Amino acid sequence: MKILVCISNVPDTTTKVKFKEENTLFDDSGVQWIINPWDELALTRALELKEDAGNSVDEVSVIHVGGAQTDVTLRKALAIGADKAIRIDACPADAYSVAGQIAAYLKENPFDIVFSGIESSDYNGSSVGAMIAEFMDYSGVSSVTSVAFEGDELILYRAIPGGKQKIKAKIPLVAVVQKGIATEPRIPAMRGIMMARKKPLEVKPAIEMQILTKSVKFEMPEAKGACKMLDAEHVEQLLELLKNEAKVL
Amino acid sequence: MSVIAFAKNWNGKFKNSSYELVSYTKNLASQLNTKFIIVSIGEVKEEELKSLGKYGAERIISVNNSQMNTLTSRVYAQVISELAEKEGASTIIMSDNESGKAIAPRISVKMKAGMVAAVLELPITINPFVVKKGAFSGKAFEYVQIDSPVKVITIAKNCFGLKENQVDVSIEEYAPQLDASLFKIQVLEEEKQTNRMDLADADIVVSAGRGMRSPDNWGIVEELAAVLGAATACSRPVSDEGWRGHEEHVGQTGKVIAPNLYFAAGISGAIQHVAGISRSKCIVAINTDPEAPIFGVANYGIIGDVMDVLPKLTKAISNSK
Repeated sequence: MKILVCISNVPDTTTKVKFKEENTLFDDSGVQWIINPWDELALTRALELKEDAGNSVDEVSVIHVGGAQTDVTLRKALAIGADKAIRIDACPADAYSVAGQIAAYLKENPFDIVFSGIESSDYNGSSVGAMIAEFMDYSGVSSVTSVAFEGDELILYRAIPGGKQKIKAKIPLVAVVQKGIATEPRIPAMRGIMMARKKPLEVKPAIEMQILTKSVKFEMPEAKGACKMLDAEHVEQLLELLKNEAKVL
Repeated sequence: MSVIAFAKNWNGKFKNSSYELVSYTKNLASQLNTKFIIVSIGEVKEEELKSLGKYGAERIISVNNSQMNTLTSRVYAQVISELAEKEGASTIIMSDNESGKAIAPRISVKMKAGMVAAVLELPITINPFVVKKGAFSGKAFEYVQIDSPVKVITIAKNCFGLKENQVDVSIEEYAPQLDASLFKIQVLEEEKQTNRMDLADADIVVSAGRGMRSPDNWGIVEELAAVLGAATACSRPVSDEGWRGHEEHVGQTGKVIAPNLYFAAGISGAIQHVAGISRSKCIVAINTDPEAPIFGVANYGIIGDVMDVLPKLTKAISNSK
């Protein structure tokens, strides 16, 4: 069985976001790039499933749509333990075109399970995984917090308001995963980094894909007014303000 | 060129987010100078469907089928796309929640319709169709233009509010022809914590961080939440340490929430945490460190030990009731 993990390349979560060219473009000067946090957890879980001898997972690969500058992030995924990385050489213009590129690869190179993070921490599109499922006509389970095998089928937990559902699903399947899927993301060890150099990183040409949405401009949130400091000994003052000034109680 | 909106129900009941969706859709339809239809999927009683009329839903199409009570994204997307085509809808709307996230992208692909998730306002302009959304997990806003003839959007919770507008409701039943092969996932069981308020729905959230020092001290957080009718939440280190479940983690990689009132108790306010709460209407910070960055984003602040301040707050609220 083969698992494909979709990887997005995003600014480190501590990045102070800036824009350029009259706020139409993200300013990436000095930005550290990382594997999108949910994708990193998905990769970790995929590797755990492969290492468990009880399962018949024999390949975990990662796929990404982006330019050559993102190879560093893919090498990191290889260092963490992925067997192979595929980069589709295109600018990730919108979710529809990214999902279309990945689906085109999948049609030529079938995988049994596709993992995708619930969103990317940059443009927060939260739609690529479910779009791939639709392009491929696969089943999909969203908001997945746990995944395990039961024979050839999968048992997944899906978060719902105030609880969770236990779901049984057949492959092929797209699982859109969120926090909880793995406890902690794996960090590449020195051996992994050495091995990653020898692992395949395939670059595939992009297919013709229509782009349906475009970013027009960015805006920073308005600065908040000064914080009103109150006395710890007189908390009723706070309640009074929450009731009559902020009107939220 | 009408508008179609999918109002999700939970065990046959609508929530405020469903009513907010109707309010938003009604206003968008008048902005576009067109009609709108609300679609409901799964078993919902007539009286409950009629409750959508309070917010202006004149026409409802109900797929009142028990087979579809549980979300199967393939099936829901198929039904909504079918109806959108039948009605000649040019804009398809749903709430940005676990179901919207699963269905909207599928509809986007089926109809070759550009999609934007978690929209924050009515479109800024109609032609071109430009909507505002959050980007970089709450650190910025982005304006996105949808160029395709059909457009799909999901709306963020509390982005629009409820706008009452009582109308008479007409309900039509719709029975789609569905292929059994679409139902490939099977829900085996459901676990619900019924005694707990869901974080995403809560108007007030009491959230605590490492300043609590130990998971054993969480009683005072729960007590304050109980007197306020609030949900509890936590910062990332707390969920990483396993002090609280990851479903309570609020922040960039956890849940992004927008309550009316957010208490940050013993939370320093790292940039990733702030990203998850920046749409809160009012933030109260309690921290021993006057330099904590959380005071930079809070509306009200108290410098003090949470172990001391939280019980005082709980007592003051109980006394004022």
